[in-house]
Amino acid sequence: MLKIKEFAADFGWPRIIIFFFLITLFIVAPFVGVSISMSLSDTLNRFGQNAILVLALVPMVQAGCGLNFGLPVGIIAGLLGATIAMQIGLTGWFGFFGAVAICLPIAALFGWLYGQLLNKVKGEEMTIAMYVGFSLVTFFSILWLLLPYSSPAMVWGYTGKGLRTTITLDNFWSRILNDFMAVRIGENFVFPTGMILFALFCAFLVYLFFRSKTGTAMTAVGSNPDFARAGGVSSDKMRTISVMLSTMLGAVGILVYQQSFGFIQMYQAPLFMAFPAVAALLIGGASVNKASMLNVIVGTFLFQGILTMTPSVINSVLQTDMSEVIRIVLSNGMILYALTRKTKVTK
Amino acid sequence: MKKKFDFRRFIADNVVVVIFLILTAIATPISGLSANYILQDIITRIGRNSFLVFSLLLPIMAGMGLNFGMVLGAMAGEIGLIFAVDWNISGVWGLGFSVLVGLPIAIILGWAAGAVLNRAKGREMATGYILGFFMDGVYQFVVLYLMGSLIPMRSLAITLSRGYGIRNTLNLDSVRQSLDNMMMVKLFGLNFPVGTFIIVGLLCVFIVWFRKTKLGQDMRAIGQDQLVSNASGIPVETTRIIAIVMSTVLAMIGQVIFLQNMGNMATYNAHRQTGFFAVAAILVGGASVTKATIPNVFVGVVLLHLMYIVMPRAGAELFGSAQIGEYFRDAFSYGAIALALVLHAWRKRRGVEIDRAGLRMNTVDPAAKGGAV
Repeated sequence: MLKIKEFAADFGWPRIIIFFFLITLFIVAPFVGVSISMSLSDTLNRFGQNAILVLALVPMVQAGCGLNFGLPVGIIAGLLGATIAMQIGLTGWFGFFGAVAICLPIAALFGWLYGQLLNKVKGEEMTIAMYVGFSLVTFFSILWLLLPYSSPAMVWGYTGKGLRTTITLDNFWSRILNDFMAVRIGENFVFPTGMILFALFCAFLVYLFFRSKTGTAMTAVGSNPDFARAGGVSSDKMRTISVMLSTMLGAVGILVYQQSFGFIQMYQAPLFMAFPAVAALLIGGASVNKASMLNVIVGTFLFQGILTMTPSVINSVLQTDMSEVIRIVLSNGMILYALTRKTKVTK
Repeated sequence: MKKKFDFRRFIADNVVVVIFLILTAIATPISGLSANYILQDIITRIGRNSFLVFSLLLPIMAGMGLNFGMVLGAMAGEIGLIFAVDWNISGVWGLGFSVLVGLPIAIILGWAAGAVLNRAKGREMATGYILGFFMDGVYQFVVLYLMGSLIPMRSLAITLSRGYGIRNTLNLDSVRQSLDNMMMVKLFGLNFPVGTFIIVGLLCVFIVWFRKTKLGQDMRAIGQDQLVSNASGIPVETTRIIAIVMSTVLAMIGQVIFLQNMGNMATYNAHRQTGFFAVAAILVGGASVTKATIPNVFVGVVLLHLMYIVMPRAGAELFGSAQIGEYFRDAFSYGAIALALVLHAWRKRRGVEIDRAGLRMNTVDPAAKGGAV
């Protein structure tokens, strides 16, 4: 009994409640006429769609830079990669991996600059990251209008310049990972093999990275900077690497998200994309200074599961759409919980 | 010792203000707007926004940073206005009624926010920001689902056709500009909302007085050093909560003043940008995370809103697209907040490093510490 209590206190009550809430939703679903197989399929789809964005937060958490609310920096790099690949006319597999190849150096550069900035403001990273992300997104909104894009698939039809607010990926690489080796079981259930494999592959790479020498040094910097310095590890260098890694993963993450979604969302869309990712990671059991691959996978699955299930189930039960309220309260409540928890432990 | 005026230090300390001055100085002539139009707009916006910005002062004084949680107060004010419209209380009385309804809500929310922030010392700003998001969800739940079902609503005009929940836009005709028009003075062809200005003036007097009281001094002491304050017998946690409660109440009144000037209210969106505008204004006015004065508020409101007035037109004239001007001003406002936060964090770290060097018995020029507090 004591052990269960200890586990509950360690894992956190909010997470346990959320976990049982999701299970309840799945149990209730068939009784209110919501198809389980379709819901599971949706959940898996959204899991693959978001997993890499959540994964992108891990390096910075591990290196002690806190939750990366500046994820839009990586997302912008991803958008640049996608639009440049479309502009030079890459399609299909060439298109997707072309976009990845283009966005990675851009993300590395952005991440390096962003990392230099964060090194100067240790201890205040989170708020600053938020506003760095915001200002970069709005600044790039201007560039999307001014950069010399000309591909008719992307620019506004009547003026011939300036990117559209949403760009369709049909004829380019829409759902290319989703449909790769997709397995269809029954009428409603599709397992997006390619995308899940890709997400797990990325997670595996990050896992390997944290087993390497650099990765271990990074974790050391995160858990005890003074100790790491005594051991001859440059804290600033490790932090910069973690920010670069986070930004690059964010760029790849948004590309995977887009190919599954079928559209590229430009302009103000990336503004708030960091928040659901942060919430998912925290629901998975991560804290402000510690996160693992398991946290990412469990968290994304739980969070996306609830996002998929609440609209359909709650609507059928209550006859109103309360999913938006539940989503806002749940995700931000989780972040609040994590932000207020650590100080209690260290006290 | 007479302090020599150091031009470079002055620029470095006020770089955000200087950038905004240069920007607006360039954009204003390009926009081609008449001086009369701009001045009138600025006067209106000072009356509309400055009270909200003032609500940030006390938490800064208490060392809690920029209170992004002020949107909680804004929500309380909106709930007050919903009831004023529902009960059809018009004019200035309606505003007074909104404040009366909003007051207990703001106090409770402020108390809760203060308690949460006490558990997140050192990251009050990020926590306050998320707290605003969180309460936005709760606000939506109350206004969209409880009002009209659990909380009785009398007016059919403001409830959704399904029977409960408040409509997306609330028409504030009954109280529209009642405070502004109470003592509208026409001078040099410009309209001055003297009634609103008097209230803002009273608030300034209150803040100047409050700083000198025991409680105000306690807050400033806590802002300087929590440990020392605690040792000298100041109840740190409670005083911090009081600072947030007062900030939330002021934000509540500020939002009522803001909305009576606007004349209608986007029920579910009106408070979303409140925190951003207030924080951007006070930082553009030259405040930092640890230091803010009354002139900072007015300079900030004038500069930020001057930019908001002229940028779309300047963008239209320069690039043929007002949209570019709008993105431009947003980018610069976000950038100003980021820059002010970065400068503050950077100075703080430099201060710490110089202190550490001092411990190693190095001789340190105290002036090199810069604005570090």
